[in-house]
Amino acid sequence: MNKATIAYIVSAATLLVAVWLGVSIGTVKIPISTFWDSSDTTASNILWKIRMPRVILAGLVGASLAISGAAFQGLLKNPLADPYTLGVSSGASVGAVVTLFFGLSIPILGTYTLPVFSMTGAALTMFLVIGFARLVDRSMKMETIILTGIIFGSFLGSVLSLMIALTGEELRQIIGWLLGSVSMRGWNYILMVLPFVAIGSFILWMNRRELNAMLFGEERAHHLGVNVKQRKFMILIGGSILTGSAVAVSGTIGFVGLVVPHMTRLMWGSDHRHLLTLSFMNGATLLIICDLIARTIISPSELPVGVITAFIGAPVFAYIFYRQRRKGAM
Amino acid sequence: MLQVDNLSGGYDKEPIVNNISFNVNKGEILGILGPNGSGKSTLLKIISGILPKQNGTVKVDGEDAAVYSQKQFARKVAVLPQLHAHAFSHTVKDTVALGRYPHQSGLFSSWSDEDERAVTEALAYTGVTRYKDTAIELLSGGEQQRVFVAQALAQEAPILLLDEPTNHLDIAHQQQLLDTIRKHASEKGVTVISVFHDVNLASLYCDRLLLMEKGEIATIGEPQDVIREATISKVYNARVKTQPHPELPKPQMTLLPDTLEERKPFTINKGNFTVTSDHVSLKVAKPLKTLSSAVVNAGMGWYRAFVNRHVDANYNCDDVKVEMSTYLEQHGYSISDTVGMMTAVTTEHAEIGEYEGDFGTVLVMVTAGVGNAVDVSQALDREQRVGTINTWVIVNGQLPEEAFIQAMITATEAKTKALQIENVKDPLTGTIATGTSTDSLLVAATQEGEHLPYAGPITPLGKLIGHGVYDCTIRAIRAYKQAKGWTS
Repeated sequence: MNKATIAYIVSAATLLVAVWLGVSIGTVKIPISTFWDSSDTTASNILWKIRMPRVILAGLVGASLAISGAAFQGLLKNPLADPYTLGVSSGASVGAVVTLFFGLSIPILGTYTLPVFSMTGAALTMFLVIGFARLVDRSMKMETIILTGIIFGSFLGSVLSLMIALTGEELRQIIGWLLGSVSMRGWNYILMVLPFVAIGSFILWMNRRELNAMLFGEERAHHLGVNVKQRKFMILIGGSILTGSAVAVSGTIGFVGLVVPHMTRLMWGSDHRHLLTLSFMNGATLLIICDLIARTIISPSELPVGVITAFIGAPVFAYIFYRQRRKGAM
Repeated sequence: MLQVDNLSGGYDKEPIVNNISFNVNKGEILGILGPNGSGKSTLLKIISGILPKQNGTVKVDGEDAAVYSQKQFARKVAVLPQLHAHAFSHTVKDTVALGRYPHQSGLFSSWSDEDERAVTEALAYTGVTRYKDTAIELLSGGEQQRVFVAQALAQEAPILLLDEPTNHLDIAHQQQLLDTIRKHASEKGVTVISVFHDVNLASLYCDRLLLMEKGEIATIGEPQDVIREATISKVYNARVKTQPHPELPKPQMTLLPDTLEERKPFTINKGNFTVTSDHVSLKVAKPLKTLSSAVVNAGMGWYRAFVNRHVDANYNCDDVKVEMSTYLEQHGYSISDTVGMMTAVTTEHAEIGEYEGDFGTVLVMVTAGVGNAVDVSQALDREQRVGTINTWVIVNGQLPEEAFIQAMITATEAKTKALQIENVKDPLTGTIATGTSTDSLLVAATQEGEHLPYAGPITPLGKLIGHGVYDCTIRAIRAYKQAKGWTS
């Protein structure tokens, strides 16, 4: 059995374990038999109506952030890149915070006003960032993309800060949303986000070999026969779709997109043919576990899951940063 | 195989290369040379499609390169970049496997046996098979460069473009890499176009060279037509001299640095010679350019000490060079700095003369013994013995190489004439001798002072050499005869 097969088996197994822990642990313990025996209606309801959609949503969000983080790190050849580097997430946040700030509710959208506005914000930002980067530099060099992301990200960040500064009542709600959460979303959110996750992930997966080639630089990739411009564009769009939809349904959950690809690389290598899929699975696992901790650690109260990911993520991030710097110094 | 017509292009509006046209045939290696900023790398980038062209065409395999898709082009043309960094770790095999990218298509694009074979072959060809599971950043620069060569070879493209492939490599790795590429070109018929920084390497490994100057072709042709002193000096704006390679018919060039120190007048006179019963020696402060048929350090070179050693007439040794070197070392001479000769004649009978001309002086030293004199026209089978007429000609002046040869001819003619006048006969045939069987000759020049382009008998220098050698040889023969108790 080769290393890749082992990696897939291990990742899938931990994901299954995480799902099982995610649905069974809580104020009410759910026995495994509930999956096939629906005689205990309460347990069955908790499993299928509350915990399962929450676990699946956490999994989808974690997976989206991790796979797009892996792709952005590879594309930008920058180990410190993450799904938020491009600034698309800030656009999604502005969309969501505007909804909360003004208390908007479009009648036909109802409670889905927020995610829809958020996705619109993300999409607008994506076109602006990519459009601006192309305007600055037609070949869209990596540095151009990163700098454009920083420009838009910080500008939108200040818009967010402005709204937070001006807000009164809704402060707690806005902060809570920004920190990120996957609670009380239900199946509809899953249905809403699923097509984006599927399309975005598929686009990235289609570019797995191109990402490998681009690790050696755009010129080298060009020599190897990669249509660099087109592929770069595809990867940016794919990653943005994933990031925008994840942020729209859950807020800006930090560190998953940065840390999971690194951990996966450390364990299984940086071949994107496997890295993307493995990051997808591991991202799901990590966010399911983090969400489990977030809702049980101070039970019956809940913490925003973003707090937990950052809590675990920051030390890991520090470790990676240290390692990178040490390597660079040698 | 590759045809470039009227190609112009560069980074921005202003083209960096202009009107470049050339052809490269299948299996040929073309080197692109030129000073920094002459556009050689730019030319390569335009050919490989990294930079846009503004004018002209690049034809690959008879087709305009513009009609190829990126993948199709990569199946025809592989590029080996300069050494570079990479952000995340890859194993050697994964890196080489990327070379198969242009051959894979479809969503799943499974790895075929053909892909596996090409990668295995490329790994073996470049000698990196044993590293195949190692992370590439753990390898040395030379090994990494070989991995990228393997990647380019795995592409199995009929054209290979290289941009200064030996940059940052030590000489052993330079040789290894270029040997590999040349072998690949001749065995597989791959066409190679490579930018070179090093003129001499390009001359050694390329069939033809293209020399660029300010974005245009200065000259294109075989190495001996391109690497010419005048051309290289003009294009590179550097003082150079070309010389033949010792083993191959390829020209090599060497830089002539401008010396910073002020040249102090430096001449050699009789007082620099020392004569003992054991040897005649000349020691000078600065090295002399020397051409000789000595035992130690024969040929052309720069030396500061010259020794003509007396050995017994029955001297016999398996390895004369080693024995002579040991002798020199024992007497405090540095082997790398000394020309050593031998003679059976008593060195005390050495004749040293100083001859003055308009340009400066010439010194001649002769030791002569005519016991085994030979008529060269009758000398088909004679046993070799220790040399008996050794001649040194030391010139205070600057001589080009041809003048060294002319000086040797003139000196030899003068020696032969002296033998004739002294009526020295070949004891076997009874005819007038032309020399002895193992005479040695040394011509050395200070390479300072007057420039003396010729040394034939019609020139002032040649006249002086002819007269000096004749004079000293006659005197040396007479001294020899007297010592032997012969009467003439």
